[in-house]
Amino acid sequence: MVHKAPALPYAFDALEPWIDARTMEIHYGKHHIGYVTSLNKALDDHEDLRSLSLEALLGDLGRVPETIRTAVRNHGGGHYNHALFWSLMKKGGGGEPKGLIAHAIRRAFGSFDEFCAKFSRVAIDRFGSGWAWLFVRDGRLLLDSTANQDTPVMSGGAPVLGLDVWEHAYYLKYRNRRADYVSAWWNVVDWGRVEELYALATR
Amino acid sequence: MAHTLGPLPYPFDALEPFLDARTLEIHHDKHHAAYVANLNKALEPHPDLQKRPLGALLEGLDSVPEEIRTAVRNNAGGHFAHNLYWRTMKRGGGGEPCGPLAQAISAAFGSFEGFKAKLTQAAVGQFGSGWAWLYVEGGRLAVRGTPGHDCPEMTGGRSLLVVDVWEHAYYLKYQNRRADYVEAWWNLVNWDAVTL
Repeated sequence: MVHKAPALPYAFDALEPWIDARTMEIHYGKHHIGYVTSLNKALDDHEDLRSLSLEALLGDLGRVPETIRTAVRNHGGGHYNHALFWSLMKKGGGGEPKGLIAHAIRRAFGSFDEFCAKFSRVAIDRFGSGWAWLFVRDGRLLLDSTANQDTPVMSGGAPVLGLDVWEHAYYLKYRNRRADYVSAWWNVVDWGRVEELYALATR
Repeated sequence: MAHTLGPLPYPFDALEPFLDARTLEIHHDKHHAAYVANLNKALEPHPDLQKRPLGALLEGLDSVPEEIRTAVRNNAGGHFAHNLYWRTMKRGGGGEPCGPLAQAISAAFGSFEGFKAKLTQAAVGQFGSGWAWLYVEGGRLAVRGTPGHDCPEMTGGRSLLVVDVWEHAYYLKYQNRRADYVEAWWNLVNWDAVTL
């Protein structure tokens, strides 16, 4: 199987003014595509690994030969995280979640506002390049951040919401003001998709 | 002793066209300034550590209390690495070093070109935010990349030259093309400031 970046599910300018079209174009067209290309290159000589899904690869990096493990971790993680990230945003997103995920967030964090504050804090405090995550592991809803392109999938988690805090995700528009990017990003979250992922992770 | 942000040793536009003025201004006045502020904040409740010079803080991270160790590592590292980065660039830099440094580079890496390829590889290949260094360890010259703001001083080395590969160092002008930024950076290296 050759890994492929899914098409961006909306136009580059769909998330304006929160995320600018130029950032989306480079982020998807250069960064994401770059990870996919590098992942396929790393797997080139490994027929057996090419039949595995991305989730299976990332969920058991220990079985990936050491010579390509870092490449698979970085580029496989980059591909997985970005594909998920695009799907978690939409034009006219934001607001509050409904349904099961809303209930689970209240149970885990007290209230939606408290959850947002905690998630934002995790995203702002991640030092250097990385991601902030809401994910399910062993039936529990958890918050954490990861470095670089690491993903909760690598430690048995199922992400339901993720925020890219690599500088390339926001630097053209927000420069050093990561906190402004994080607070803008809440306006494009597709809670319907989060609900879907939560249902899958807990069924 | 509060740590202070030194002035940039040249105007913001001095490194054009290789590094743009806007990047330099934000990089120095916002990013570097924030590391200094956060370092001072972390050290605030620790008067004994406030007296410690920056280099000694980095070399002795193990003796920094655990509750502020990560903050000191990140922000003292950021302060130190940026100081060296600014100091080892200048307008009209580039070319090759001469004298004992040139000899040491040839001895360690075969040739200047061999060294240049190795440092470039370390810079381009450092995944995520980080730095690529030329440093001395155990009397030998070496090259490597580090993540975050880690520096060779944290592991017994002494750094001589560094290139910043955090995206904030190049994104406004070069976007995803880190290799182009690194190639351009070689035109700025201030070899007079690289001392064995």
